Amino acid sequence: MARPKKKKNKEIFALGNEAVVEGALLAGCDFYAGYPITPSSEIMEIMAQRLPKIPNGSFVQMEDEIGGLGAVIGASLAGRKALTATSGPGFSLMQEHIGYGCITETPLVIVNVMRGGPSTGLPTSPAQGDVQQARWGTHGDHSIIVLSASNVQECLEMTIEAFNLAEKYRTPVILLIDEITAHTREKITIPNEDEFEVFNRTLPTMPPEWYKPYEETVRGVPPMPAIGSGYRFHVTGLTHDVNGFPTSRPDEVRELNERLFRKIDQFLHDVQIVEEIDTEDAEVAVIAYGTVARSAELAVKQARDLGVKAGLLKLKTLFPYPRKATEKLMYRAKTIIVPEMNMGQISREVKRVNNGQVSVRTINKVDGQIITPAEILKVLTRV
Amino acid sequence: MADIKGTQLIHEYLRHNKKFPHVFCSGCGHGIVLGSLIRSIHGLGLSKDDVCIVAGIGCSGRLAAYVDFNTVHTCHGRALTFATGIKMAKPGMHVIVVMGDGDSMAIGGNHLIHAARRNIGVTALILNNNIYGMTGGQCSPTTPAGANTQTTPMGQMEQSFDCAKLCTAAGANYVARGSVFHVKRLDSMIMEGIMNPGFGVVEIMTPCFTQYGRKNGFKSPVDMFHALKKNVIQSDRFDAIPEEERGEKVPSGVFVKKDTPGLEEKFYEMAARCQGGS
Ligand SMILES: Cc1ncc(C[n+]2csc(CCOP(=O)(O)OP(=O)(O)O)c2C)c(N)n1
Ligand code: SF4
Repeated sequence: MARPKKKKNKEIFALGNEAVVEGALLAGCDFYAGYPITPSSEIMEIMAQRLPKIPNGSFVQMEDEIGGLGAVIGASLAGRKALTATSGPGFSLMQEHIGYGCITETPLVIVNVMRGGPSTGLPTSPAQGDVQQARWGTHGDHSIIVLSASNVQECLEMTIEAFNLAEKYRTPVILLIDEITAHTREKITIPNEDEFEVFNRTLPTMPPEWYKPYEETVRGVPPMPAIGSGYRFHVTGLTHDVNGFPTSRPDEVRELNERLFRKIDQFLHDVQIVEEIDTEDAEVAVIAYGTVARSAELAVKQARDLGVKAGLLKLKTLFPYPRKATEKLMYRAKTIIVPEMNMGQISREVKRVNNGQVSVRTINKVDGQIITPAEILKVLTRV
Repeated sequence: MADIKGTQLIHEYLRHNKKFPHVFCSGCGHGIVLGSLIRSIHGLGLSKDDVCIVAGIGCSGRLAAYVDFNTVHTCHGRALTFATGIKMAKPGMHVIVVMGDGDSMAIGGNHLIHAARRNIGVTALILNNNIYGMTGGQCSPTTPAGANTQTTPMGQMEQSFDCAKLCTAAGANYVARGSVFHVKRLDSMIMEGIMNPGFGVVEIMTPCFTQYGRKNGFKSPVDMFHALKKNVIQSDRFDAIPEEERGEKVPSGVFVKKDTPGLEEKFYEMAARCQGGS
């Protein structure tokens, strides 16, 4: 019998936004609902073309972002893997529904292609101003997973990751990218099916009469049947008991709230994705994410050429904030540099972890322009 | 369950593991709507698994928790958006949305007109009690002119929406108005609404004595039912009354009945063509 030939990887020239679509489809996404907004619109436009062509795929353009995320939640409850994409103003409108997704444990992915702000801000300029909004935008206290991508290939990979984490932990996952990454065209490799894993939510195995939709499990994540599959249960944004019915009994309220944190926080090793470049002996280290991480990578190389022991911690998960990886860096490095296209939304996390141990320098830029390698190099060589 | 009737039938559809009593005040019309909805679903012979009840926030929204279907209690005003996702994902499902007048026409007004324009195959029951019940009796988009509410202590000055006309203008496939006093007719409207292929709306006039009646001259919940009996009249009788003499009278009946296919049907037809089907 002839050995099957290894399929060659397909290479395409794609925009960051196109790569998001490729990643979503590879992860099994078959539903999109949303409302167009620059610089994210290509994601929606390409989805409108692609989804009708795949079995069971569906697409609907809603009247606003609130409607977009509402439809996504509905579709996910009905068993679909659903995506919406937006930018700052739309992301603000989605906040109530993000909280609903968290408390009802509905897997879904939101891509926010950040623009400069506040308000309508700078629709076609890059920024990283929505980092803390992604973490704390919705009311009430809850855990959340926020990812980022710094180049077009990563847009594809992190979108797959976002769907996988959403399904594994039954939770909304937010992917933050910036305008430069979204609108850069680069050659990317589409992985073959056997080169990445796809996770699907756990379905219940017990008979419907035994099923409790919000019961504790070993992983803290209850199985989730689709609406219409014979398991009839109540879904509500109100704080609920294990059966899904509203409750205000302190023990039941505490149990739910604590489990919602625990199911994510006990798996930090799985959720927190980082990439380390030249960090083993780094005396000065950069912590960066998104497009800025690309500038930082070049700056670190150039600094090494000049004899500076520099390194980079690239954050692909922003929240839960990768504390371990940051601490590890601080054992050796004397200075940490955090460049961001905002006034310090991740550097405050770094400073929180650091708690005064080493010197933390920030580079902040909010003029709608990217932070260049030269700007980072200047600080790297001066400290 | 061939010929069970009345409360016996209702019990067939209630959730036995749900902690009762329910949240509705005595004299509230919401429970009557629940009964009518159950009779309609039973009358149509639908399987419990094929029915999804999506509710907004308000007293009316609480209705979903009590019945043994797939039930989703959403955010204030947003029930139709969730329902759109569910229907697009599962076109074979009967998706029925339960909303209050505030829920559907104030905060959710945009979603209502667009669901009608889009003609998504969902049935919306709008429980119109002319007031915000759950939050303590503030004025709603259907509070009649002059009425006293917590936020219009000197009388309502704004115009109010005519829900049925609004949905008709926006393009809904099926539009009817009934009341909880006229339950037999209400049952048949809900059944027709569910069986209609596109977006169906049944506006249901229902009393809230606790938050509206007490402040507006009604002596008891029974008084409010008498008013429904007197005021909610068949539309041909309503049309025959000269405009100046109509007063508090409200026309009821079926105003629109089209059989345009719902959005989901059109979408999957288009998708089948894209995927090379005939
Ligand atoms: C975003 C948001 N705003 C306000 C509220 C408060 N709220 C809850 S129910 C309600 C109005 C309910 O009135 P209606 O929709 O007419 O339903 P009823 O209680 O009369 O059945 C309001 C304003 C909320 N839950 N969410
Ligand atoms: S407040 Fe009004 S609408 Fe709410 S349950 Fe009581 S009577 Fe019904």
